[in-house]
Amino acid sequence: MRLPARILAAAGLATLLAGPAFAVLPDEKLADPALEARAREISQELRCLVCQNQSIDDSNAPLARDLRVLVRERLAAGDSNGQVLQYLTDRYGDFVLLKPPVRPYTWVLWFGPFALLLVAGAGTAFYLRNRRSEAVQAAAGLTAEEEARLQALLATDAGDGAGDETDGERRR
Amino acid sequence: MKRLLLLLPLVLFLGLVGYFAVGLRHDPSVLPSAMIDKPAPDFALGPVLDGVPGLSSQDLKGQVSLVNVFASWCAPCRVEHPLLTRLAREQGIAINAIAYKDKPEATRTFLAQMGNPFSRIGMDQDGRVAIDWGVYGVPETYVIDRQGRIRYRHVGPLMPRDVEEKILPMIRELSK
Repeated sequence: MRLPARILAAAGLATLLAGPAFAVLPDEKLADPALEARAREISQELRCLVCQNQSIDDSNAPLARDLRVLVRERLAAGDSNGQVLQYLTDRYGDFVLLKPPVRPYTWVLWFGPFALLLVAGAGTAFYLRNRRSEAVQAAAGLTAEEEARLQALLATDAGDGAGDETDGERRR
Repeated sequence: MKRLLLLLPLVLFLGLVGYFAVGLRHDPSVLPSAMIDKPAPDFALGPVLDGVPGLSSQDLKGQVSLVNVFASWCAPCRVEHPLLTRLAREQGIAINAIAYKDKPEATRTFLAQMGNPFSRIGMDQDGRVAIDWGVYGVPETYVIDRQGRIRYRHVGPLMPRDVEEKILPMIRELSK
């Protein structure tokens, strides 16, 4: 069965036009598109405290809806984005922000990975340098004591070799 | 020195075990309040029950009290209600309430069924005042000092253990 090209094109266009689903309801939206865009931007940075890992922009929780409406009201009243975020952190704490701010108590979070990398890097460098200095020592040659022991061993070896020869001669 | 360095992985491992042990006991749904030690937000809520006045920030000054945020549609609120009633009747603790996002009739029915332990009840129909308090679910219970500052928040239904270990000692301390 062949579908008419027109239907296919319409279906394709509809797929392209379909955006991701958000929880924002039409009655919450602001008439001013610029303000609404800012509201969306702010809402995506705010955690829904009920579901915790969704932004209030994505969440269907009643509290998320109340906060979305509140964000829009603050914007309509002339608040800057920063002021709106401040308004909410004053009430709900830094946890309401999905991106944790850099504060002394979040230093481990922000700088911990770099500190770990530094420690691990220092450890690796230390280990590699140690191994190299051992290799250098090995290549540098023998001490007088080792040289003497080596000569003694070689001398015994040579003696054994001579013995083998005599053995051979005897058999012959 | 070399020996001690060999122990380092073990020490790190034990550190992680300790960290996880603490983390696993921590309930992620219980959030710290940003309002601790701050004055209760400015608000004035109208009454919902005949003979019981509404609640405003001015009413919270002058005595140590509890503020309970509840709703008739909230099941855990029913669970903690008898305990609140006992606290008010037997311990003589002033408990005020914010009725959160509810129909006034439903709140009245709830209190008629369960009894009313509250000295004052403010009706917060759109939940706006609760947002100023940093409420993110019901029930929540706040301990307020004489100056009208928020000193403690309990998230979820109050259990006898919470009352014995946290709420009552705190109220005793603040009442001194």
